[in-house]
Amino acid sequence: MKGRKHLLGLEELGREQIEQILDSAKSFKEVLERPIPKVPTLRGKTVANLFFEPSTRTRISFELAEKRLSADTVNFTASGSSVSKGESLKDTARNIEAMQVDMIVVRHQASGAPHFLARSLDCSVINAGDGTHEHPTQGLLDMFTMREHKGRIEGLKVVIVGDIAHSRVAASNIWGLTKLGARVVVCGPTTLLPLGIERLGVEPTSDLDEALEDADVVNVLRIQLERQEKGLFPTTREYSRCFGLTRNRLSAAKEDVLVMHPGPMNRGVEISQDVADGPFSVILEQVANGVAVRMAVLYLLSGSEVEPKPE
Amino acid sequence: MTMRNTDSHAEPSRGGGGNNSNRGTVLLRNGRVLDPAGGLDETADVLVRDGTIESIGKGIAAEPGARVMDLTGKLAVPGLIDMHVHLREPGREDEETIQSGGRAAAAGGFTAVACMANTRPVVDNAGMVRFVVEAAKKRSPVRVFCVGAGTVGLKGEAMTEIMDMRDAGAVAISDDGKFIQNSEVARRVMEYCRMAGLPFISHCEDQYLSAGGDMHEGYWSTVLGLKGIPAAAETVAVAREVSLAELTGARVHIAHVSAGESVDVVRRAKERGLTVTAETAPHYLVLTDRAVCGYDTNAKVNPPLRSEEDRERVVAGLKDGTIDVIASDHAPHCEEEKDVEFAAAAFGLIGLETSVGVIMTFLVRKGIVPLKDAIAAMTVKPAAVLGIDGGTLAAGRRADITIIDPELEWEVDPSRFASGARNTPFRGMKLTGKAVATMVAGKLVYEEPH
Repeated sequence: MKGRKHLLGLEELGREQIEQILDSAKSFKEVLERPIPKVPTLRGKTVANLFFEPSTRTRISFELAEKRLSADTVNFTASGSSVSKGESLKDTARNIEAMQVDMIVVRHQASGAPHFLARSLDCSVINAGDGTHEHPTQGLLDMFTMREHKGRIEGLKVVIVGDIAHSRVAASNIWGLTKLGARVVVCGPTTLLPLGIERLGVEPTSDLDEALEDADVVNVLRIQLERQEKGLFPTTREYSRCFGLTRNRLSAAKEDVLVMHPGPMNRGVEISQDVADGPFSVILEQVANGVAVRMAVLYLLSGSEVEPKPE
Repeated sequence: MTMRNTDSHAEPSRGGGGNNSNRGTVLLRNGRVLDPAGGLDETADVLVRDGTIESIGKGIAAEPGARVMDLTGKLAVPGLIDMHVHLREPGREDEETIQSGGRAAAAGGFTAVACMANTRPVVDNAGMVRFVVEAAKKRSPVRVFCVGAGTVGLKGEAMTEIMDMRDAGAVAISDDGKFIQNSEVARRVMEYCRMAGLPFISHCEDQYLSAGGDMHEGYWSTVLGLKGIPAAAETVAVAREVSLAELTGARVHIAHVSAGESVDVVRRAKERGLTVTAETAPHYLVLTDRAVCGYDTNAKVNPPLRSEEDRERVVAGLKDGTIDVIASDHAPHCEEEKDVEFAAAAFGLIGLETSVGVIMTFLVRKGIVPLKDAIAAMTVKPAAVLGIDGGTLAAGRRADITIIDPELEWEVDPSRFASGARNTPFRGMKLTGKAVATMVAGKLVYEEPH
């Protein structure tokens, strides 16, 4: 990661860089288990969290990661800001940068918005989810969680179920997992499988039962009701029958299968209650790991020399 | 039935520019004179007097007082015609004006352009047509032909007064920028175009299929997470226009063909003898959706840059004559409309000052399209589609002449453009071949600075 300034997506990272982040996240996870879970790594640095889209998990996770690293943080949300007065993304970001900010964490509804900011600004830019493009830290925390349980990524069969076409979580998972040698199956209705997806090195299918056979990991995506309004699937009832992950269906997977979900969940639609809260679910672990992974990303991009030393 | 040759439809109202006095005599010496329309391709001299080509031949003597231009190593071709540009006046003079767009045309080697109707207000009545024609006469160095809208306000509902617009000087009818979704309305507009003797230029886009899209739907839209516009959004619309051309007998010209399948649909229509013609733009001949990589908003255009396979099929269409015309679809936008996140950026790119260089560099010099055919696609072919004079070099004709240096190497630097806009995906590209002088009715309206 040396010399890298921005994290815009996992597409642009190599296998070694991804592994470096995951290794570093492991150290930070240890920090989080200390009685005082805080290190001085980013003391004196200022990080601005720019959230142009609603977010609970990611925003809190980043803010917590920054605080655990002793950075000063400022938060910006689109509602109640000058964005509602028609200020452009570029002007908003440049104004915030003018306040001597070192790093910007950005969530935006437009694909490529972080790339646009990276071109326009001098500070580091971290993509916290852009449109339907990528959500790299989510991809990293998903891989971190898989690696923690399975000890490896290489050779795992990972099934991603749901709205592949509009999911930035799916995209980042696909880039990261294929770089690390996993076998990735993407499953969803034909209307939600994008053109050319197989060229990313994944196996598309619309048969969930077949996809689940001998799966090591099932990553279930949120299905947005907005897609139904746009006519991309007929009803949530039918969607659930064809693509909902249930206890019964899961029996086709390996005995030690991991069930993941980036949240927020539609219980009873894409995932049944007993699976979401069941023994295979690592959904809350994902959330916990998110803080450590984001600490690692912030640390590696900051160029800080202050490494977190084990006590 | 034709009502074309009425007195009210007088020639001087058609096309601004070129009504200059004191043009004198110019001798273009020793250039390669290439006129695809007349089958002429030889080293010769061209004598221009009082705005007209007096003679073309070898060893024409320079008379006293005549300006002599040595064209050794250069090409003299009929004045280039770009039949698809947006000059933005009235309404968006911050993007382009008839004057700046006219100057950009001159600097790019074009002696005539046809400007589309999607201004604010829309050119959808005779008064607006007269405004464009008059403004062009006063302010544009090149001829400007006016295209009138087919439906009021480009809304796709009520037909415009096509006969009135024709008599005010409109040379074609188009809702360019929009596709007339209602096939019944499109049919009636085409029928009126046939009566008026005007071509109907169709922007082919099924707006249900393209809704919300930002780029071509394919591998790169998936990678970039941008909503795609499938090639089918164009091809289903082209197929409808072919059917309506057959039904109405109108001359239907398909604008800015971007998809391979569209080429095949047009080819079959032509084989059946239907009155269908087509154009494409340099960017569809040279660039693909890969250009969007990195979210370059200057590569955001409608129809979108398509796949490599589409590009190859469009090139093949140009080679075999299925595609008649190369036109730039020059679409100026100011920086604020492009220096934003991709989804928020305006569609369109400018081409007047890069068309010749791009076509020469990537198609002619590489031996993909013969020079003669490339020049025909920018001269006699668009003149024929629009039914305007020009597009050929012959004694007694208007002296609209473009001089091209086929060996001139240059780099695209938008800051030096005459256009009011800078939005080009060819920025920084090194090209070989450039228009170095542009003559409109015997007057030099552009000369490459040395």
